[in-house]
Amino acid sequence: MKLLRAILVRLMTMSVTLIGAAVVVFFVIRVVPGNPIAMMLPPGATEDDIARLTALYGLDKSIIEQFWIWLSGVVQGDFGTSISLRQPVMPLVLGRLPATLELAIFALVIAVVIGGALALTGVRHRETRTETAVDVANGVGLSIPDFLWALILIVLFGVLMPVFHISGRISPSLDLPFVTQFYVFESVARLRFDLWWDLLKHMFMPALALAIPLAAIISQLLKQSLKETMHLDYVTLARTKGYGENHVILSEALPNAVLPTLTLIGVQFTFLIGGTVIIERLFSYEGLGNMAIDAVINRDLPLIQGIVIVFALLFTLINLAVDMMYALLNPRLRHA
Amino acid sequence: MSAFLTVNNLSAALHGYEQRVLRSVSFSIDTGEVLGLVGESGAGKSMIGKAILGILPTAIEIVEGEILLGGQDLQKMKPADRRRLIGATAALIPQDPLTALNPSRRIEPQITNRLVDILGWTKADARLRAMELLNEVHIDNPERVMASYPHELSGGMRQRVLIASAFAANPKLVIADEPTTALDVTVQKQILRLIRDLQARHSTAMVFVTHDLGVVSKVCQRLSVLYGGKIVENSSIPDFFAGPKHAYSRALLAATPKYTDPDASLLPVDEAVIEAVAAEVLESDKEWRHGG
Repeated sequence: MKLLRAILVRLMTMSVTLIGAAVVVFFVIRVVPGNPIAMMLPPGATEDDIARLTALYGLDKSIIEQFWIWLSGVVQGDFGTSISLRQPVMPLVLGRLPATLELAIFALVIAVVIGGALALTGVRHRETRTETAVDVANGVGLSIPDFLWALILIVLFGVLMPVFHISGRISPSLDLPFVTQFYVFESVARLRFDLWWDLLKHMFMPALALAIPLAAIISQLLKQSLKETMHLDYVTLARTKGYGENHVILSEALPNAVLPTLTLIGVQFTFLIGGTVIIERLFSYEGLGNMAIDAVINRDLPLIQGIVIVFALLFTLINLAVDMMYALLNPRLRHA
Repeated sequence: MSAFLTVNNLSAALHGYEQRVLRSVSFSIDTGEVLGLVGESGAGKSMIGKAILGILPTAIEIVEGEILLGGQDLQKMKPADRRRLIGATAALIPQDPLTALNPSRRIEPQITNRLVDILGWTKADARLRAMELLNEVHIDNPERVMASYPHELSGGMRQRVLIASAFAANPKLVIADEPTTALDVTVQKQILRLIRDLQARHSTAMVFVTHDLGVVSKVCQRLSVLYGGKIVENSSIPDFFAGPKHAYSRALLAATPKYTDPDASLLPVDEAVIEAVAAEVLESDKEWRHGG
């Protein structure tokens, strides 16, 4: 009963968030200068042509009226038609979403592995030069933004040592047997490791660029909370039982120290997804972020709205997942 | 009977500092015997227990002396061997039961982990042993307690669990570091009796660290009074309460409330006595520096 209530409350706050995002994006993109119709017509179009096209897309109506039409469509699952691509918005967005999700998840995995390893190394060798080296690495990782890392990586692994692909999601020459857009998962499911490897070689650099700043944040916070935990009585008690340093860190300290880091990863993961917009552009990766930039350039209002709503939904779902994981890992919250 | 634990001339100091935090401490404990370490806050009584168990803070190092545990010199052993020897033969009853249990693990593994991981018991045997121990510390429904998380238990219950955990591997030496300080008074007495009973039944050698002379008289056979990391008096319990030899011990005893005469006024420790004992401790540092 309590659980049911918690879920209901959660769903309510999620829908409020989504409606808020919808309102803001709808009005903001209509207030900023730029006209989608002007982008579509050739030079020398008559006033008549402009008026006809404007009416066709419903842009001659008042903003409130437009919002009402759009919102009543949305609740029925119709997000309108893209002005620049002349296709329904939702299939377009859902077609690109898997590529972005795969990239973001891969980046998250890299960030957790690198960040976790750095934090554990730093704590295992605390108060030595190794810890200083970890601190320096964290500082460098944090002070350079993801898009700059992207350029550095392109120079390193695309130009000087060309081992990874610098553009696209998969080599265009390959025949694709895929029925879903989740290429990485599907290639593994079909045991097509040749395709999987090609996908990974494309994904590696954008994912790493997104992952480095997050890895630094994870490393910094996890190391700090591990170090604090290492002084606690139960850790000391475990030492008197005969356990060595590695066991004490991994079994006694880590499960407790990881909790604040988990919350942070949730928040930072949403920033990482925001970062995919620029990174996908830099690597010509055919994901949602790349589509978002095209949509903005073309003033494709329905498409922008659709993309923002999907991003907003994604963020609320991530927050929900983090809260659930937190409750699962922290016994003190399990019965609350 | 030979001493199970011998501490010889043990000195410890903060890394890079000349002033010592433990000053040539020597004592020994036989099997089945309880030694009280008494002193005010900062006298170094807990520090001695930590030094024996190898859990001194990293900033503090042992600069001199030896610790013999069952005849083996701990300082001369490899760290991994030393850890295993301590884990197998010694145990700690910590001061604060609220922070000494890992909040994210159930009680059962916190009692059995030493048996399984360090001593190689099977999980089933260790579980039986844990049940038996929880019975010994008068916990009525051991199964439920073993499946609980620490936050679901009261302070007194947690201290019982920690005592059970300390006695799990039949240790030859138990270090009780102010085990009742963090508990409320009604529970203190039960826990004290429990520790004494278990110690007597298993004839464990025990170091009992406390600032409470009343507790010492009930639990210990001998006591050492510490000031500034130096033992100023070694005495048997009857001798000590009949008349302490050192002026500081006398002042300490005079400052302790007596159950026999609760209305008697308590005397704060005299400034002059403190100055004298502090000077004595510093004097020993000079001798130590000349000797070393």
